[in-house]
Amino acid sequence: MSDTPPTAGPGLAEVAGNGLWHNNPALVQLLGLCPLLAVTTTVVNALGLGLATLLVLVGSNAMVSLIRHQIGDAVRLPAFVLIIAAFVTCAELLMKAYAYELYEILGIFIPLIVTNCAILGRAEAFASKQPLGLAVWDGLMMGLGFLAVLLLLGAIRELFGSGTLLANMQLLLGSGASDWVVRPFGSEFSFLVLILPPGAFLVTGLLIAAKNAIDERREARRKAARGQLAKGAKRVRTTGHIA
Amino acid sequence: MVFKPVSSPHRHAALSTARVMQWVIAALLPGIAVLTWQFGWGTLINCAIATATALLCEAAMVALRGRSIRFYLNDYSAAVTALLLAVALPPLAPWWLVVIATASAIVIAKQSYGGLGYNPFNPAMVGYVVVLISFPLEMSSWLSPQSLLAAGTSHASLGESLAVVAGASADGWTGATPLDLFKHGVNGQLVDTFYAEQPLFSGAALAGVGWEWVNLAFLAGGLVLLGRGIFTWHAPLAMLASLALMAALFWDGGSSTSGGSLPLHLFSGATMLGALFIITDPVSSAVSTRGRLVYGALIGVLIYLIRVWGNYPDGVAFAILLGNFAAPFIDNYTVPRSYGHQRARRATEHPQ
Repeated sequence: MSDTPPTAGPGLAEVAGNGLWHNNPALVQLLGLCPLLAVTTTVVNALGLGLATLLVLVGSNAMVSLIRHQIGDAVRLPAFVLIIAAFVTCAELLMKAYAYELYEILGIFIPLIVTNCAILGRAEAFASKQPLGLAVWDGLMMGLGFLAVLLLLGAIRELFGSGTLLANMQLLLGSGASDWVVRPFGSEFSFLVLILPPGAFLVTGLLIAAKNAIDERREARRKAARGQLAKGAKRVRTTGHIA
Repeated sequence: MVFKPVSSPHRHAALSTARVMQWVIAALLPGIAVLTWQFGWGTLINCAIATATALLCEAAMVALRGRSIRFYLNDYSAAVTALLLAVALPPLAPWWLVVIATASAIVIAKQSYGGLGYNPFNPAMVGYVVVLISFPLEMSSWLSPQSLLAAGTSHASLGESLAVVAGASADGWTGATPLDLFKHGVNGQLVDTFYAEQPLFSGAALAGVGWEWVNLAFLAGGLVLLGRGIFTWHAPLAMLASLALMAALFWDGGSSTSGGSLPLHLFSGATMLGALFIITDPVSSAVSTRGRLVYGALIGVLIYLIRVWGNYPDGVAFAILLGNFAAPFIDNYTVPRSYGHQRARRATEHPQ
């Protein structure tokens, strides 16, 4: 046995920061891009898929964490996939029961949540090594980070692609939400390229660029606050001991 | 005495970027003139709107990127992109169409990738395709050439043209392009019968009234650039040859399933503009001479495939973007043999 004490697990704040920003599944890990690009033509589609993914992510993280001591190394991946598939089936049945029209619109992308690498990635990289509470928290934060990007992408593409915002929200939130739709540019407006697949890539690229720009600016400000030396400044090298 | 060995060339007369771009603009002038002669003021209005938008967008993006605005606006590359778009878009297109196309070209296709020299795709073609797939209705309403307008009517005057660009209807002046007409009008007739019925073709020597002159003007401008050594002959010749070969192979004797005659494909649509002004863009094309032959031939074949079996009447813009995609791949396999080596190597090959 080694003498080093067991390393402390990550704190709650750190896990939240990773999921929502620093290690965001959509903008940094670039995982789950297939549904991200395919279904984000409207806010309601994005919300539907985002919530389903969130549910699966929390469920699978919890389950994987619970059985992490019982699963052998060799069979862990098939076991993870089975667990994820079970939760996806639950999400699919729930959606069929309570939001059938939306389920019809999202179609194949609901069952395809099984193949979302972000979920398998969290199971493998985090939940299989951490206690239950932390794993659930991580699943929640990663799912919310993914959901936030989906919503932002869906809102931008819906607004500038078809000129509406929050159209058809009744598919998910009941008939009370049917008059939420806003048409800021009039009813004639449409800019098809944003609804088509190229628009998904364009907007995702711009979101990633924006995130990187924000990070760079924060880093620069932090450096300035610490009073770091200017780039290229020289200092005396101190190697070895001066007797 | 010190003998300093300096290898040739001893006298330099390198063209600056600005000088190259000025020559390209000059070579576009015959095409712009013929377009204006055939289709009225619309092209000139497009040129004005596109150039203003391009310079504004370029200045804004260069400022955002923290570079010298003066230096980058003086290389004329934004103006070239703007003019290429202006001649490709329909005359009398609504002003916002031109603005969106130009802004997409400069902001997304050029500056977001790092500016001139770093864009993997030709900016003008990206701008064109963005509006082509977004606004199919506006993009398919071309004008009738001058000689086919109804008796007693002439082109829209400058005032009327400005009104149309600002949103009025252009109904009296619109007409199909030859490729559009051929794609949707032929309906199982023999090509000769169809040509004889349609004034757009029967009044023309080559490929549609007005359009043949537009293409010949772009060809003439391009030949000037070729003569000045601004680009090499490889890509344009390969593209025109492969397009001609495809057209000849599938001409089918002018039967009812023919893909269209050879002159139609060579002298209509954006063929000459694409061959001499777009695929010769040194940034987005293949690099070596052998690579450019492959690159041009690939684009020629793609143009024919899209025109004849695709959904759009003309396929130059899509074909060139697909060619841009393929250019790095072509470059990998067409590295020239360097002196002293037995054979050429692939760019990614591991050195022995």
